[in-house]
Amino acid sequence: MSDTAHAPASNDAAHGHDAHGHPDSFYIRIWGILLVMLVISVAGPELAHRVVSNETVAFIIVLFTAFGIAIVKAYMVVKNFMHIGVEKKYVGYLLVTMLILMGLMLGGVGPDVLRHEGHRWVNQAAKDYKLPGDAEHGAPHEAHGEPASPVKH
Amino acid sequence: MIRPIATTREMTGMPTGRLAVWWLIASEIVIFGGVLGSYLMHRIGHKEWAAASEHTNTWAGAFNTLVLLTSSLSAVLAHNAALRKDGKRAAKLLWATIGGGGIFLVVKSIEWTTEIQHGYTITANNFWSFYYTAAGLHGLHVIAGMIVMMFVAADAAKGKELQRVENAGLYWHFVDLVWIFLFPLLYIAK
Amino acid sequence: MSAAAHAEHDHAHGHAHHDEGFIQKYLWSTDHKMIAMQYLFTGIAMALVGGFTVYAFRMQLAFPGMPVPGYGRVTATDYNALVTTHGSVMVFWVAMPVLIAALGNYLIPLMIGCDDMVFPRLNRLSYQLFLLSAIVLMASFYVPGGAFGGAWTSYPPLSAKAEYNLTGLGSSMWLFAVALEFAAFLLGGINFITTVMNSRAPGMKMFDVPIVVWMIIIASILFMASVGPLIAGAVMLMFDQQLGTGFFDPAKGGDPVLWQHLFWFFGHPEVYVVLLPAMGIVAEIITVFSRKKLFAYKTVLYTAIGTGVLSFFVWAHHQFIAGIDPRMANVFSVTTLLISIPVAEMVFVYIGTLYGGSIRLTTPMLWALAFIAEFLLGGVTGIFLGASGADIYFHDTYFVIAHFHYTFFPIAFIGSFAAITYWFPKMFGRMMSETWGKVHFWGTIIPFNLIFIPLFLLGARGDHRRIYDYRHFPDLMKAGMQDLRILATLALLVLLAFQVVFLVNLFHSIFRGEKAAANPWNANTLEWQAPSPPPHGNFPQGLPNVYRGPYEYSHPDRAEDYWPQTEPEAAKS
Repeated sequence: MSDTAHAPASNDAAHGHDAHGHPDSFYIRIWGILLVMLVISVAGPELAHRVVSNETVAFIIVLFTAFGIAIVKAYMVVKNFMHIGVEKKYVGYLLVTMLILMGLMLGGVGPDVLRHEGHRWVNQAAKDYKLPGDAEHGAPHEAHGEPASPVKH
Repeated sequence: MIRPIATTREMTGMPTGRLAVWWLIASEIVIFGGVLGSYLMHRIGHKEWAAASEHTNTWAGAFNTLVLLTSSLSAVLAHNAALRKDGKRAAKLLWATIGGGGIFLVVKSIEWTTEIQHGYTITANNFWSFYYTAAGLHGLHVIAGMIVMMFVAADAAKGKELQRVENAGLYWHFVDLVWIFLFPLLYIAK
Repeated sequence: MSAAAHAEHDHAHGHAHHDEGFIQKYLWSTDHKMIAMQYLFTGIAMALVGGFTVYAFRMQLAFPGMPVPGYGRVTATDYNALVTTHGSVMVFWVAMPVLIAALGNYLIPLMIGCDDMVFPRLNRLSYQLFLLSAIVLMASFYVPGGAFGGAWTSYPPLSAKAEYNLTGLGSSMWLFAVALEFAAFLLGGINFITTVMNSRAPGMKMFDVPIVVWMIIIASILFMASVGPLIAGAVMLMFDQQLGTGFFDPAKGGDPVLWQHLFWFFGHPEVYVVLLPAMGIVAEIITVFSRKKLFAYKTVLYTAIGTGVLSFFVWAHHQFIAGIDPRMANVFSVTTLLISIPVAEMVFVYIGTLYGGSIRLTTPMLWALAFIAEFLLGGVTGIFLGASGADIYFHDTYFVIAHFHYTFFPIAFIGSFAAITYWFPKMFGRMMSETWGKVHFWGTIIPFNLIFIPLFLLGARGDHRRIYDYRHFPDLMKAGMQDLRILATLALLVLLAFQVVFLVNLFHSIFRGEKAAANPWNANTLEWQAPSPPPHGNFPQGLPNVYRGPYEYSHPDRAEDYWPQTEPEAAKS
């Protein structure tokens, strides 16, 4: 909440938005950059699976091209399409707080759900579990239009 | 209903509608955070899910990302038109966004039909359960956003309630954002 | 239609016309005060349901196997359904609607000096969703298999598999009702937050907002920020129940502990979601009835925010015996013990406010003081449970039940009674009977302690809390244990009987009570500047301006011992 005095009411669409009057071409340029990043995020992991034989390197490439670029894309959408920069500061803080809460949830739940054994405990059911999908559904890869990738991690 | 004076006050300097959309987005972050967080923990905990995730159709996912990014572009252009008080153009661009949502849903349903025909149903294993739950929840938000934008576009075409164009757009960008993360989580990471 | 024909028509269908007005006025209204009344009376009706269920299962515990008057024989399945319904109804359909929705709706626009919520139709929709959720929950009693009996925490795999809980449809209806209710309160919460942020009266700065409004806002934010993962979890659990997925099924690679985490990630902040509004109510009442400025306004505010933040770090203390990583149990023990500090601080601040005041022991003041005293007992016993070592012994005993009720009863009932008796003159334009109010007060507080002190003793003796018929457990029937159970049940009967006094007083006062002035308690906050009851639009003399904080009582420069927020400086006497 701000301490500003009561502002006169307005139904004006442009109210308080003078700060981000970008021309349409600006948004089209941003969209172009987003598309380039989309291509990288698809091509990167594909290349990593097909070309790179070292599993660790492939994993790092996937991490950066898939998730790193997703974060950059998200940032660009939030900044340029949602205009977080010209919005009141607490809006950004609010969204970041929610993300931090999710990090907190992962941190608190992770030790139990993510891991299958720990300090004097074993989640035997999770360790014994075998994925049923593979055995039951032979090899639908070709029909599905997507080749199997040689690298698993 | 007579419009209460409360709806016209702006003590924060931000229109109430936009303020509410930000709070709505904040509450949605934790909802999707719950699903994706649960998925992420299971995904890291179960190495064998990599095998299941290989059967997702990356190209369909990538095409849908393209569609949503483009529809976000038209949403922000609609906002730009609304700023210029060009209600007609704003409405047209909103309809383009709604069309983008429609294409997204069509691609999604073709994709799901193919997958289900191959036996990858929601009960096939937990990877697919998460796949359908997360994407389904996102799909419901796409549908909700489309419905909201239909009403906003109808008003905007008559030059009314132009401030709502931005609010609907903000929500749509959020839906786009969720997909930006769903795409690598469900499709790319193998 | 001519006037004469119209009159005739009216005569013939007078009742129908009257009904139309009735629906428009009472059921389809967008007026925040009417929506608040809808929430309040739905909450009271649901409290009767919650009270009846506890009557039935406590009778079974005290007099096992005997038919319960008004219910019949309580079977084991009935017992589970009754306990589950009691828990869910009292938390989700009584405490939440009365403390947050009813009071938030009623007080926020009045206290910040505007005429309605910023989204009146959204507000109406939120109540309708809430009502629907209550109907779905009640309907689940009448489906094959009956109502869900897997406890209000709904842990899988018991809640996920119909072959375990035997209530395939009932458990899904329970889950659906809870999810609908969350949607209703999410809408309501966003409405509250934006209203207070954007529509305060001119001149009302952040620190001029009454504490109770702050508390409702902080609670709404806590609710909004914590409920998301549980909504996601509810969808997953629903799929587990209805589609046969395995999110929480270890045999299918899922993890039941995940649900517990998602539930308590919401469930613990939820305790503070209902606690904070009750704390806010008490702050309003003790300042008015001790004629003193609230001691340390900003401390209360910052403490409440601190409590809210900390409340996100404690959730796994509900799971100490669920097989969580013991090192995490250490972390959560520490945070749990830490959170008692801000809550204790708030209690100290309230005692500081009372100190040296000219205390008037009206009915609302009695409730407010009782809240502080009883909640203190609940908080202190929580320390035992927060320490993971002690909790391993206590967790499955009645000690937990007693601790929980020593916190929740003060919140949900003492807090609500304080609020209803305090704001009753404003809500209905009449005064409640003080005499009967005090009879009801003592008739509630004394049996309340007589119910739960025996349960503390039972719990300390190891009385396991998930048992339907203790005759099967000779260890738990030893010397005097059954006597304590009977004592608790008899005290419960007395407590329930005294609620009739409240209901009679409530309805009698609504229609026959003495007319109330606009400001019967000589209070400062804005709602008392509106007529009692406020008409549509709240302030017929024009929306107020605000010149000072809400707690300027006994100001040395003034003849009167109160100084309304709306009174300009020039009127200083």
